[in-house]
Amino acid sequence: MPEETKGTDPVSPESSSPAGAPAAPGEGAGSGGAKASAETSPTSAAPIVPQPAAPAAKAETPAAAKAAEPAKPAAAPKPAEPAKPAAAPATGAKPAAPAAAKPAAPAAPKPAPKPEGPKPEPWEAELVTHLRSQYGSGIKEASTYLGQKYMVVDSSLVYEILLRMRHDELFDYCVDITAVHYPKREAQFDIVYILYSFHHNERVRIKTQIKDGEHLRTAVEIWETANWLEREVFDMFGIVFDGHPDLKRILMPDGWKGHPLRKDYPILQQDQEWVKINLGIESGQ
Amino acid sequence: MSERTDYLDLDTKDETFLDATELVLNMGPQHPSTHGVLRVILKLDGEKVLGTECVIGYLHRGVEKIAENRTYAMFNPYVDRMDYVAAVSNGLGYCETVEKLLSVEAPPRAQYLRVILTELCRIASHQVWLGTHALDIGAITPLFYCFRDREEVLKIFEKYCGARLTTHAFRIGGCIYEAYEGFEQDCKKFCDAFLPKLDEYEELLTTNRIWVERTKGVGILNPEDCIALGVTGPVLRASGVKWDLRKAQPYESYKDFDFEIPTGLHGDTYDRYLVRIEEMRQAVRIIRQAVDGLPQGPIMAKVPKVIKPPVGEVYHSIEAPKGELGYFIVSDASTQPYRIRVRPPSFVNLQALDKMVRGLLVADVVAVIGTLDIVLGEVDR
Repeated sequence: MPEETKGTDPVSPESSSPAGAPAAPGEGAGSGGAKASAETSPTSAAPIVPQPAAPAAKAETPAAAKAAEPAKPAAAPKPAEPAKPAAAPATGAKPAAPAAAKPAAPAAPKPAPKPEGPKPEPWEAELVTHLRSQYGSGIKEASTYLGQKYMVVDSSLVYEILLRMRHDELFDYCVDITAVHYPKREAQFDIVYILYSFHHNERVRIKTQIKDGEHLRTAVEIWETANWLEREVFDMFGIVFDGHPDLKRILMPDGWKGHPLRKDYPILQQDQEWVKINLGIESGQ
Repeated sequence: MSERTDYLDLDTKDETFLDATELVLNMGPQHPSTHGVLRVILKLDGEKVLGTECVIGYLHRGVEKIAENRTYAMFNPYVDRMDYVAAVSNGLGYCETVEKLLSVEAPPRAQYLRVILTELCRIASHQVWLGTHALDIGAITPLFYCFRDREEVLKIFEKYCGARLTTHAFRIGGCIYEAYEGFEQDCKKFCDAFLPKLDEYEELLTTNRIWVERTKGVGILNPEDCIALGVTGPVLRASGVKWDLRKAQPYESYKDFDFEIPTGLHGDTYDRYLVRIEEMRQAVRIIRQAVDGLPQGPIMAKVPKVIKPPVGEVYHSIEAPKGELGYFIVSDASTQPYRIRVRPPSFVNLQALDKMVRGLLVADVVAVIGTLDIVLGEVDR
């Protein structure tokens, strides 16, 4: 880790920001054309298909999104840059917190870059308008973040929307199904379906939020690949998919207690009883 | 040890035993042809496979849980240990995803270096696949040939970063090591020497009667099934779907290079063999172009010393030797990722096994496991 910024260390604050700033507009210029086409196509009432230039446009979108407001992202993180390397030699490879404490001078630029960072932007497309008009508030959010599209939908609608995505919008490839646990939220789990369309060369994430103990309808009838993916979500998070043909653990042993990827499952926790019975030892550690 | 009582009682159950039409057979996890610790339960009618069930998880190390307890930089070496025969690809996917979260892009020289090493790694991975796959089917020589030639790739890795298998070659923001003195020449020398070797493999197998009869028409997957099952990589392409993330959604500097995506016609084991062989040729093509066009300049982008991506989530995937390798990272703006999900190609591809082997013979199961090119370290994570 210490070597990572070695090359950039001696750069003074004056020279670093001009050197850093042109980098972003520079790549923005390269993708400018692609960005324009990507932006106009949805508004020109065409379907969400980003036309022939699709592959290029898709890949460039993060850069394009960044270039849209070159002043902020390019310039803002830079002041932080000199502050940290300056503190680094003194504090060694310690985590971030002590960095600010050491030198008195960089205290001012430090808080500035904190709130920065790309923000999700509304995702405008015919698909979204259609779904919104049909489901109303069931579509809670439709945004793009770093050029990646996602939609948050109500858990009661998720099956219907997935079915629609598969058959009407031709998202024929279910890349992944996974979950994220937020124990402090009332709806503790985010279930994320990552979909891809070979026709549009486009990726979309459908997210839904469910409470602990709430069930979801399985997507196996829509995509066969959901079988193992849902089994893994069940194994790791304990989320039950109704109608799944064979919902059982897949990576953990069958009799294991607990769902390891939940946030309330510490990294050293294990099913003592299972370990004792099956491995004949007191602890697996 | 208590005495076993569950032996088949031949005296009283004679009839049942002879009339048995279905037999359940356990294969693995310690079976040499399962390429690790895969256990397949086969339901057989004579020698015909009626159905299978995969039991996996023997190599589960909780990589995703570990990730939540490490910083972004600390987790980097762990990803090498998932698909350990293509460690470089794993690292590339991970570094790129974190770079995406940080809105950072690796400098051009780093991107070219990454492409060279990743394509070398693709060759090495396919060589392991070919050697072991051929060995499973009964041809022992390709194993020696492939491992002999793979050594040359590993030597380049070793000279570049000091490690042969779990390389940890890339860092978030670029590469940490500059190309060593003579790196370009080594790569070129390898490319020149490798193409005739590839012809040698083909001489051994492509028209070999035993090989053809053991692989042609075995384990057919049609494109619709492939897509429904989420199968990616050479398996998908052998079924005739011309889809490769390097072309469909180019990452790194892949758009700078001229290469073909080989596809098959029948989606059988033989086509998958041909596709992977051709992929090695295309990899050589890419390496040559990248070495010739290797730009000068920095190899590391400006990345903060302590990596704290802004709140948000990103999914990014690359074309690993085995298929689409994706990372889904959720950041809560702390130094440790809130959640990392790895979308492993082997795991998803393995799910197609059942569909592929139904109606085949037991010996074909071995061929099909080989042709899927799974690595259990990645299946189980």
